[in-house]
Order: sequence, then structure tokens, then C-alpha cells
Amino acid sequence: MPPRSDKLKNTEQELRIFRARALLALVVVVALTSLLVGRLAYLQVVQHDVYSTRSEKNRVRVEPLPPNRGLIYDRNGVLLAENRPTYNLTLVRERSEDVDETLELLVELLELNGEEINTFYERSKQWQRPFQPVLLASDLSEEQIARLAVNRHQLPGVEVEAQLLRYYPDAEVMAHALGYVGRINAEELANLDATRYAGTHFIGKTGIERFYENELHGQAGLRRVETNARGRVLRELGRTDPVPGKDLTLTLDSSLQMLAYELMDGRRGSIVAIEPGSGEILAMVSTPGFDSNQFVTGIDRASYQALQENLNLPLFNRATRGHYPPGSTIKPFLALGGLVDGAITPDTTINDPGYYQLPNDSRRYRNWLRWGHGRVDLERSIAVSNNTFYYSLAHEMGIDSLHDQMTNFGFGERVAHDVQSQGSGLMPSREWKRERFNQSWYPGETLSVGIGQGYWQVTPLQLATATATLANRGHWVKPRMARKIGDTPLARELPDTPDDINLAQDDWWDSVFSGMEKVVSGREGTARRTGEGLEYRMGGKSGTAQVFSLGQDQRYDADELEERLRDHALFIAFAPIEDPQIAVSVIVENAGGGSTHAAHLARAMTDEWLLDDDAPEVDEVRETLETDTSNVEGN
Amino acid sequence: MPWQAITRSIRGYPVRSSGGIPKRRSIWERIHMDPWLLGLLLVLMGSGLLVIYSASGQNMNVVIAQSIRFGIALVAMLVVAQLSPIFFLRWTPLAYGVGVLMLVAVELVGDIGMGAQRWLEIPGVIRFQPSEMMKLAVPMMVAAYLYRCELPPRLRDIAVCALIIGLPVALIAAQPDLGTSLLVASAAIIVVLLAGLSWRLIGLVCVLLASGLPLLWMNLHNYQRQRILTFLNPETDPLGSGWNIIQSTTAIGSGGVFGKGWLEGTQSQLEFLPERHTDFIVAVLGEEVGLVGMVVLIFLYLLIVSRGLWLASESQNTFGRLVAGSIILTFFIYVFVNIGMVSGILPVVGVPLPLVSYGGTSSVTLLLGFGILMSIHAHRRLLPR
Repeated sequence: MPPRSDKLKNTEQELRIFRARALLALVVVVALTSLLVGRLAYLQVVQHDVYSTRSEKNRVRVEPLPPNRGLIYDRNGVLLAENRPTYNLTLVRERSEDVDETLELLVELLELNGEEINTFYERSKQWQRPFQPVLLASDLSEEQIARLAVNRHQLPGVEVEAQLLRYYPDAEVMAHALGYVGRINAEELANLDATRYAGTHFIGKTGIERFYENELHGQAGLRRVETNARGRVLRELGRTDPVPGKDLTLTLDSSLQMLAYELMDGRRGSIVAIEPGSGEILAMVSTPGFDSNQFVTGIDRASYQALQENLNLPLFNRATRGHYPPGSTIKPFLALGGLVDGAITPDTTINDPGYYQLPNDSRRYRNWLRWGHGRVDLERSIAVSNNTFYYSLAHEMGIDSLHDQMTNFGFGERVAHDVQSQGSGLMPSREWKRERFNQSWYPGETLSVGIGQGYWQVTPLQLATATATLANRGHWVKPRMARKIGDTPLARELPDTPDDINLAQDDWWDSVFSGMEKVVSGREGTARRTGEGLEYRMGGKSGTAQVFSLGQDQRYDADELEERLRDHALFIAFAPIEDPQIAVSVIVENAGGGSTHAAHLARAMTDEWLLDDDAPEVDEVRETLETDTSNVEGN
Repeated sequence: MPWQAITRSIRGYPVRSSGGIPKRRSIWERIHMDPWLLGLLLVLMGSGLLVIYSASGQNMNVVIAQSIRFGIALVAMLVVAQLSPIFFLRWTPLAYGVGVLMLVAVELVGDIGMGAQRWLEIPGVIRFQPSEMMKLAVPMMVAAYLYRCELPPRLRDIAVCALIIGLPVALIAAQPDLGTSLLVASAAIIVVLLAGLSWRLIGLVCVLLASGLPLLWMNLHNYQRQRILTFLNPETDPLGSGWNIIQSTTAIGSGGVFGKGWLEGTQSQLEFLPERHTDFIVAVLGEEVGLVGMVVLIFLYLLIVSRGLWLASESQNTFGRLVAGSIILTFFIYVFVNIGMVSGILPVVGVPLPLVSYGGTSSVTLLLGFGILMSIHAHRRLLPR
């Protein structure tokens, strides 16, 4: 059947319309296609460099390779500071299916409690670049790692990462000598060479760790790696290896250090031992100590506050920064100063009535023995620690000369080579007093300085250094802590070494040494109990530093005073006299007289160092101390 | 009803070719395929498989799965091509009606997936997205309606078409699936345009649409607004919703003129590119084969569209012409929207790159459309003029 005519006409018109519209559509299609091609050409030709760079940045990540920190050994190769692998827990949030659930599971698996949970959640909210791990917990125990490993399949995005962490095996004993490393803080970060420290989280904060930071740290390396969008490293494109830090061999002897620490028995004080010929610091203890490992992992606030508020100041390095009046320990140095100055000769003798009076002054400067020592010469003045002799000597010298002579022994100076933040002590002078108090110097003050009181303050390290220099017959060797840096030994002669002390006659040294020997070995030596059974010749000097000054006629009664107001006990020693191998200074705070409460500690140190066979056990020394408390003789 | 009249007239029309001269038919005519179009589609699908191999991280399983889907889709195309346009004309109203009912059902009981109700599920039997079927049913319904009107359409016819289009489009938009609703609407509107909608009306509608934009904006869901805002300035949210666009433009731009080489694209192989074997696959191509490869691909699409339009205008009957024209132009819209979105000149909408992106549903729907196109071409003298 043929189609209707009107329909036919209509159909042709429809076809015409359609073809016109289809042609138009094709034009539009071509136009839009050109638009697409134009856009692609813009991206791929015009902007190609921009996007190439962006794509490279996506793909290539530069990762720092932190160097391993140098190890620290004692003089015999005993490891004092090592790097231990520890395990940290990290989370890549983007890879975790349900962060909240994962965190809950982790808290359960790690058996966290109380405050730990809060820290944990706080850390999980830290801002991080996408696909970068967030540190959730550090220093995981083996049990925790095992439990995480078992439940690994439930914990997408959770990783256990190994990290080397500083560890001090004998932290309490070594804390002050070695110092410690801690996390780099914002202030330190601002001053650091960013390239060198890339990837390093720790820096030496105090002590040796700080002084030799440059040598111990080394140089960071880096590697360029290709990563995928999830941050997973696929391959290494290139690398520069890190230069590990240099190992450090110290002059310390860990067994001597340990002995010193045990001798102090938790009391406040310090022991420093130096080998006079080499200036090597053999032991440097400040007690009480503290666990420096806490500072590496990050000490919690409560523990830190407890340390800071502890009245015994465990964080305070007494050996290098503690300032004490030296008391009678400086009498041998003053004797030498007087000889150099000409105020006395080896034959000078005085008659001691028990006190000293300045001309035209009624005030009596008292000897510790009320009735006096009678006839006193140089040697005896040291052996019995006569005050009157030194009042006279100081008056003869005058403060100016006294100041100069004592400065030659390093008092009032920072002389140690590589000890971080040394205290300078205080060697008073006319100028100092003028500047400090805007007052002139009174002659009476010279007399106080003459018995190591008044303004004069020394650090235990200074006292040991001066003793070593004295034992060396005036030859200066700078005290040092480092023996070898890497494989390079520290130079024997160090820059800025003070000038040697030269006496007109060399046998003057022998006179002073003889006086010091009589302190421990003489019939009336203040520390003669300590010298009993001595197998070598030892020189010593006791000192008792007043914390609390007495009125002119008051008597000192240890029992009545608060413990903290009691005198500090001091002792210096060196041995053997003919060829000194060790010089020691001992300070025990608020212990009382130096001859009874410090001398035996010095003897234990020299015994340990000089005798092959075992030195007296610590317990024995302590026993001696207890039986000796009745002995009140000597300063 | 007019439908009965239409079917009656079709039944009464001679099925055999009018001249009755037994013309020797080629193999292509016998299987009702256009060799040129089929060849172009096969080349496109073949290259698509190569890209998918690279984009899936060289996962042969994905390539095999896609090949199987292509196989199924090709068979479906072949089968559909054998059906006569009369069949489509007859069943279109039913398909349309069922489609609308299913959209209503989705609204009432549909599964929620990806923040929108799109799926209809008979548990254990089939999971089905009715809106996918409407991509073909709605334009065919409009064509079927206009087929019995005098063209160019009068205002009354336009109004009826607007109703036919508006109902399913509104239902799909309510799911909410703005992207699909716009695609369905444009497929149907193309039919009206090809039918000869007057230029005056076209102008009027454009003005109305422009003034309605603010209203549309206010009715958008937050995630939809976010997509548009991100499109306008991807750098505002580089790690969130801007990530896709930044990474895809980076991939394309870093490809340069000749690309980084097949399987060598760092953006794609290192997984910086999201949805790299589905909606963003063209970025893989742009990165690995560069501008040259992209131009070849776009030219291939252009050839397919040109051939399709040619076949459409060869058809001697209005229904066939309109349906064929709509199918081929909608195909182009997919291409344009996908490449435009990946290269950053259009906002991100979930449109795959036809016959290249990995995915079963879209390939089957597309090849079904091409099957209808083939059928219309092969039976071009079948329908009354």
C-alpha cells in the first residue's frame, strides 16, 4: 500500500530538516573536538614543563639518611654511650580503614593506661602530610611488638619502625661527666645547619655530648627514592651515604669513676681525679646523679619536676659548676705564692699564740686550735693546718699579689679544655670588689682569703687542676676529657695553656710537698688516720669550708646546727710524691671537717689508681668514717 | 490511542524489500552490520584494552574481564541488530513505562550506594540500575512520539515531549544522580533538536535555563556544589576533592607531545592518578602516549561519530533517524564530557570514556545503542516513509 501523499511530502521535509540538523551537529562536534584538542595541546605543549615538574615532585622524594652518632668509650675501651635500636609505633591515617577503631585496638593491644592513652590520642591528632606516618608511641617493649605482629592483619597503616636511640649503661654514674642528648628544640633548630642535621632528632644538650657535638654527630646523607601515591618507597634513584659521627675515647676510667660515685654514697658533693703528667681527667663525679636516659626518650613532666625540686639538686653538676670556699686546702698554694712573692722563705717561722692581730686592730683572727701551735714553720703550717701562719703570710703578700699568684694556679679561671659550661670560681681582688660592691678592700678581708674563706670560691675541678699543677712542680698541662677523637689523639699541648709556675729554687717544691706528706703521714698531720698503712708517698691537704660564719667567740658545735649549715669537708691529694700519677679533689657538702670526712675518700681513690691489688672495699672505708667521727682535730 | 494505529500500520506494511529483485546480499548485509562502524568500534575497543592493561597496573585479569564484557556486549549488539526497528518502535512505550515505574520503585525501596539511591535489587537474582536503561528508553520514546507527529514539531508536541522527558529525568535527579539525569535529558533533547525544533524556541529555552541556574544551584546537594566549586578552583582543596583534577591534569600535561611511553607513566603506574582504569583512564593515555596519542584517539571517536551521523541520515524513516542520531550524538557527549572533565575544562561527573574505561554496564549499554543503530541502518527501507 502506497503511503499517503501528504505524509510523503512531510517525510521529505523531515529528511531535509534532519540532514540540516545533523550537519549542524557535526559542525558542533568538530568544534567541541577542536576545543578538547586545544585544551590538551595547552596542557601537553604550553604547560608541559610545569606539569613535568609537578609529576616529578609527586614521584621523587628526598629522604634524609641521618648518620649514626659516634660512640663514647672510657680510656680502657669500656662503652659509656651507645646507640640502641628502639621501636616506634607509627600510623598512616590514609591507609587505615577506620582510624578510631584502629586506635582503640592499639590502646588495647599495647595495654596503655591513664595518661599514656591521652598522650596517644593527642599524638594521633598531630597534623601530618597525607600518607606520612604519625608517631604514636616510642620505645615499645618486645611483648608489645609481638602482640602487634600477631594482630597485624587487623591494623592496616600501622607500622613498627626501628630507630637508634642513645643509651648510657651507667647513667647515674656518668650523667654529669658525659652529659646527655635530647630532642632538638625549636631554638636549637633555628641555629642548626639543616642539611647536616636532616633526619636527626637528637642533639647533645650537656657535658661531653654537647662539647663534642660536631664530632659525634657526623654528616647526614640523603637518598632520592621513587614513591607511589601511598608513600611507599618503590626504588632508590640515587644516594649519598651519611658520614657517621666519630667515636670518642675519653680519659675517664670507668672503674675509678664508679668507685668515686660509690664513695660519695649519695651524699652531695664531688670527686675529681686528674693524671698530672697528661692532664687527663680520670674521674669526675657529681652526686647525687640522675638517670640521663630519661632525657633521651623524653622525660615526663612529673619526673622532671621532681628532679628540679629535689633539694639535693641532682641535675646540678657540682664538679664543674659548684662554687665552694676552698678552706685550708689552698694553704700549700698560698705557701708557694708566698715563696714566689718573697713574703716568706722556706725557713720562715712564726710563734702562734692561737690568734693573729693586725697592727692597730684589736680584733683577733683565730687559729682553729684555741691555744695555738707554738713555733710553726712552713712544713708544719701545712701539716697541722695552722691559720696564724697564713694570716701573717696573706698580710705580708697583700691581696694584689695573692690574687696574681693564685690565678697562676688557675683559680678564678676556666682552664679545662673540653669541659662544657665550666664555672669560673671566684678569685677576689681589689678591682673585683670595687666593681662588684663599689667598696674598697679591707686588710681583714685579705686574712679571710688567706685561710680560703671570704669571697674566695673554687670549683672541685679547679681544685683538682691546681693540685695536679702543683704535683707537676708548676708545669701546666690543660685538663681534658677526650683522649682520642676518632683515631686522632688529642694534642698534648693545647692552646691557651697557662704559663708554668717557676720557683727561684726547685727544692721549695719539696718543702711544700714535705708539708703535704706530713698531713697524712706526719705525727701531728690533720689526716694522719687516713695515712695509716699507706704503701706509697702521698701528699694531701684537708679543708673545712664554713657555710655559716661564726661570731668571734662562738664555738662551732656540729650537732646543734642544721645539717645544711654544717661545714663542707674538703680534701686534696696527689701521689706518689716522687712521680705523681694522680691528683684528687674531694668535696662532701655539709659533712664537717675535711680531714675526717673527705680525706679517706681521696685515699681510696689513690689506692685504686696506684695499687695493683684491690683497694680497700668501699664498705671498709665507710666503716673507718663511722669510727672516726669522734676525731674533731684539724680543719 | 495513537500507538495502536502505529503498530497496525507497521503490521500492514510489506516486510520484504519493495522492488522484489533478489539482490545479492553481502555478508555484512546478512548479519545487519555496518563494516565501517564495526571496524572502528573494534579498533577503539582493542586500543582500550591496551590502555586498561597499563592503567590497571598491568593486571591481566582486568584485561580478561573487560574482554569478556566486550564479548558479551558485542553479542548483544549483534542480536539487537537483527531485530527490526518495528520491534523497537512497538516495545519502546512499554520499556519506557516499566522504566518509569522502576524509577519510582527505586525512590521507594532502592538501595543506597555512594550516597544516592540508584540500585534496584531483587535479592540473589539481579541488581539493576534503572537509570542506565532510561538512557536509551527516553530518547526512543520521544522519537516514537515525534514519529507520528508532523515535523517540525508544534508547540503542543514539544509540551508532550517535555513531559516524556521531564518525568524520568526528575526521578533520576531525585536519587540524586544529577550526572545521569543530565545525560538522559540531553539524549532526549537531541531527538527534539534533530526533529527540527524551531530556533526561536531553542533561544527561549536557553534564556529560561540561564535564568533557572541559580534556582538549580540552591537545590543541589552539598557534594554536588562541592564538585562544581572544586572544578572552578581545584587548588582550594588539593588533597580532598581537588586531588583528582590536579593529578589528572598533571598526568596529561607531563605526557608532553609524545608521552612517557606505554606502561611508563609515573602518575598512573605509581597510583597518583585516582580511578585510573575507570573514569580517569584518558589521563593514563595522555601521560603515556602524549598529545599524538590523544589526537589519534579523538580522531577515532570523530570518525565513529561521523559514520554514525551518516548512517542516521541514510535512514529513510523519521523514528530510525531520530533514534540513530540521538544514540551517536549522546555517544559523543560521553566522549566530550569525559575528556573535558579529566583535562579540567568540565566539572567532575561520573562519566566513563566510551568503550575505553573499564566497566561492564556502560559498554553493554553503548553497544546495545550501536546495535539499534545498526538495525536502523540495515532495515532502513523497512519502515513506512
